[in-house]
Amino acid sequence: MSDGGGVVAAATGAEALSTELPVGRSAGWWGMVMFVATEATLFACLLGSYFYLRFQYGPQWPPDGIGAPELLKPLVMTAVLVPSSLPVIWAEHGIRHGQRWRLRSGLAATMLLGMTFLALQATEYAEKLKHFTMTTDAYGSLFYLITGFHGLHVLVGLTMIGWLLAASLRGGSFGSHRHERVRNVAIYWHFVDLVWVAILFTIYLSPRL
Amino acid sequence: MSTTTTPPPGVSEQDLARLAEHWGERPSLRGWFSTVDHKKIGRRYLVTAGFFFVLAGLSALVMRTQLARPEAGVVSPQEYNQLFSMHGTAMIFLFATPMLFGFGNFLVPLMIGARDMAFPRLNAFGYWVFLFAGLFMWASLPFGAAPNNGWFAYVPLSGEQHNPGLHMDVYALGLLFLGISTTAASINFIVTALKLRAPGMSLNRVPLFVWAIVATAFMVIFALPALNVDNAMLFLDRRFGTHFFDPSGGGNVLLWQHLFWIFGHPDVYIIVMPALGIVSAVLPAFTRRGVVGYPLIVLSIVSIAIISFGVWVHHMFATGLPQLSYSFFSAASTIITIPSGIQIFAWLATMLLGRLVLRVPLLYVIGFVVTFVLGGFTGAMFALTAFDQQVTDSYFVVAHFHYVLIGGAVFPMLAGIYYWLPKITGRMYHERLGRWAFWLVFAGMHVTFFPMHLYGLFGMPRRVYTYRSEPGWDGWNLVSTVGSYLLAVGLLLVLVGVVHALRRGRPAPPDPWEGDSLEWATASPPEPYNFPVLPRVHSLHPAWDERTAESVRAGATADRILSDGRRTLVTSELDAHPERAVQMPESTLMPLVLAGALLVFFTSMLFAWYPVAAVAALAVAATIAVWLWPSRRPDEELGVSG
Repeated sequence: MSDGGGVVAAATGAEALSTELPVGRSAGWWGMVMFVATEATLFACLLGSYFYLRFQYGPQWPPDGIGAPELLKPLVMTAVLVPSSLPVIWAEHGIRHGQRWRLRSGLAATMLLGMTFLALQATEYAEKLKHFTMTTDAYGSLFYLITGFHGLHVLVGLTMIGWLLAASLRGGSFGSHRHERVRNVAIYWHFVDLVWVAILFTIYLSPRL
Repeated sequence: MSTTTTPPPGVSEQDLARLAEHWGERPSLRGWFSTVDHKKIGRRYLVTAGFFFVLAGLSALVMRTQLARPEAGVVSPQEYNQLFSMHGTAMIFLFATPMLFGFGNFLVPLMIGARDMAFPRLNAFGYWVFLFAGLFMWASLPFGAAPNNGWFAYVPLSGEQHNPGLHMDVYALGLLFLGISTTAASINFIVTALKLRAPGMSLNRVPLFVWAIVATAFMVIFALPALNVDNAMLFLDRRFGTHFFDPSGGGNVLLWQHLFWIFGHPDVYIIVMPALGIVSAVLPAFTRRGVVGYPLIVLSIVSIAIISFGVWVHHMFATGLPQLSYSFFSAASTIITIPSGIQIFAWLATMLLGRLVLRVPLLYVIGFVVTFVLGGFTGAMFALTAFDQQVTDSYFVVAHFHYVLIGGAVFPMLAGIYYWLPKITGRMYHERLGRWAFWLVFAGMHVTFFPMHLYGLFGMPRRVYTYRSEPGWDGWNLVSTVGSYLLAVGLLLVLVGVVHALRRGRPAPPDPWEGDSLEWATASPPEPYNFPVLPRVHSLHPAWDERTAESVRAGATADRILSDGRRTLVTSELDAHPERAVQMPESTLMPLVLAGALLVFFTSMLFAWYPVAAVAALAVAATIAVWLWPSRRPDEELGVSG
C-alpha cells in the first residue's frame, strides 16, 4: 500500500485490503479514546470542585464531627479494583490470538473483582451514612457525588464487560480478526481504575497531608 | 434524488445502481425515521436549529417591543424573565451550535471525500437527542415554567430558595440532555476527520472548514463536562438538598460561576470557530484564489482552541477575586486577539489579492468582517479590568456580544446558507432577493445594537423588563426596537429566498461557484453514496486540481471493493494512506428508540417520577445493549465501524 498508487492501489489491491489484518488505529478506538477524554475532564471538574470548596471552607476539613476519612477500607478497595485491569489485558491478548477461553475467563475474573469493589463500597456507604449524608454539608455533598459517580462508572464498566462475556458465550462473536470491541471496553475499564486512584488521593489521602 | 449524475468513464450504470441500492433507503415512513445518511441528518439539524432560531428571535421581538418605550406593560416581569432566559439559552445551545453542526454534518464527509460519518448511527442518535432536548425546553414556555434566570443561571438566584418551581430544573435537565447530543456529535466529527479522509488528504491538505469543525469538537470535549458538572450540582442542590452552592452549608456560589465560564468562554469560540471556517470555505470561490496563509490560519485555529480555556475569569472581574488572577486573565484575554487578528488579516489579504465576485455569500463575509471587528474592539476593551467594572451588566455588554455573535456567527452562517444552498437542495437562489435580504439584515443589525453601546455607557442595566424615562435612554431604545423589526424583516426575506429557491429555483449544476473543495466534485444534491469513486487528493484545492479528476477516472475501473456493499475507506491519521475498507451500518430505528427512552428519563426526572425514571434508565441500557449486539456477518474480517 505505497503512496505511489494511492486509492488506485487501495482499490486494485482489493484482495489485500480485505484479507490483511487491520493496520493502524480503528475509528472505534479513536471514538472510545475521545469519550474517555471527555469523561476524564468531567472527573477533573468534580475533583477541582472538591479542592475549590475545600480551600474556601477554612482550616477544619473535613468539617467538625466527620473526622479524617478511614483509610483501611479504601485501600482494600484499591487493592481489588486496580489489579482488575490485569485480567482484562489477559483477555484482550488472548482473543487476539483467537483464544476464546482466555477472553471468557479474563472477563469473568474482572467482573468478580469489580463486583467485590461495589460491594465494599456499599458497606462503606452504610457506615458513612450513619455519620453524614449528602445533605449534611458541602463535604458530604462532594463525598457522595464523587464516589457515587465513580461507582456508577464501575457499574457501567461491569455492564459492558458482562455484555462482552454474554456475546462471547452466545457463540463466537469475537475472534482473532474481530476483537476491536474488547479493546475498546478494556480502555474504558483501565480509565475507571485510573480515576479511582485520583479519587483515592483526593478524598482519602489529601485530608491527611 | 437528482438525476444529473453522469457516471465517470469506467463506471457503468449498473455500478451506480448497485451503489444506490446499498446506500439508499426506501421512501417510506420507516425509512424516514431510520435513516443514518449524514446529508439528511445535516439537513434536519439545519431546519430544526432554524426553527429554534425563529422561536428565540420572536422572544427577542417581544422584548424589544416591551422596551420600545419607558414603563411599558406588554409583558409582566415574570414573563420577561422567561423570555430573555429562553432567548439566550436557545440562541446559544439550540441554535448556534446545532446550526453549525448541521453544516458540519452535511459537509465534513463530502469535503474529505468519504461516504458517511465515522459513526452514522451515533450521528442519527445525536440529532434525535437535539430535537427532543430542544422541544423539552421550549415546551415549558407556554406553561410559564421556562427557565427564568438568564442563560448563565447564576446561583443563588437559580437556587431552590429564591427560585421555586420547575423553571431552573428545566434548564439543568434540558442542558444535561442536550449535552449528550453535542458530545456525541463532537466525537463523531473528530474521528471522521481523523480516519475517513480520502487518500492523499494529508493534514496539510485538510480544508479549513474541517479544521475549524475539528478544533470546535475538541473544545466541546474538554469544555462541556464543566457545564454538565455544574448542572448536575444545581439539580442536586435544588431537588435533593445538597450544598454545593449554598454558603450556609459550606458551599460556594462562585463555584457555579467558575465552572460555568470554564465552559462558557470556550463556548464563545465553539460558536464562532466553525463560522470562521465557513468564511474560509466561501472566500476561495468568490475571490478566485486560495485563502492566504493556510498554515497560519491552521495555527491560529489550534491556538485559539487552547487559549480560550485560559480566559474564563474575564467574565468574573466584578466578583472580587485576587489581584493576580485579574492580571493573568487580563493578559490571556488580550493575547487571544492575536490569532483572531491573524485570520482577519488573512481574509483581507485574500480579498485584496483575489478577483472579487460580489455575490450574496461574499456580501455576508464583508458584513461579517466589519461587524466582527467592531465586536472584537469592544471585547478587547473588557480585558481592561477597570473599564470592565464600569460597563459590566449594562447594555454595553449586550451590544458587544451581539456584535460578536451576530457578526461572528450569524453572518457567516447566512453566507454558508447561500453558498451551499445549491449543493444541499440542488436549486439556485434568487440573487436580487438575496441582496435585499442582506442589506436589511445588515442595517437592522447595526441599527438595533449600535445604540446599545451608548445607553449602556449611559448606565442602562441589562435584564430589566422596563425603565424610567431617562435622558439618553428613551430615544435610543426606540431606535433599537425599530432596528430589531428591520432585522426580523430581513431574516424573513432570507427564509422567503430559501422557500423560493426550493419551489422555483433553477436546477443547480454540480459546481455553480467553481469551489475548491471536494463537495463540488459531486452531484447537487449529492447521491446517497456521495462519490461514485472515492477521489484521490493531490493538493489543498482538490476540486481545482486536474489530477483529482484524473484519479477518479483511473480509479473507476478498480473501485470494486468499495462499491460492493455499504463501504467506505479508512485511512491513516496523518498522511491519509489507505488502511482498510470498512462495512458501514445500515439504517436502523435504534437511535430514535434510544433518544426516546432518554426523553422519558429526563421528563420523569423533571416531574419527580423517580420509579419511571429508573425504568427508563434500564430501558436506555437495554437499548444500547441490543443496538451494539455483534452480528456474525460473513464478511466480518472487514472490521465493523460504528
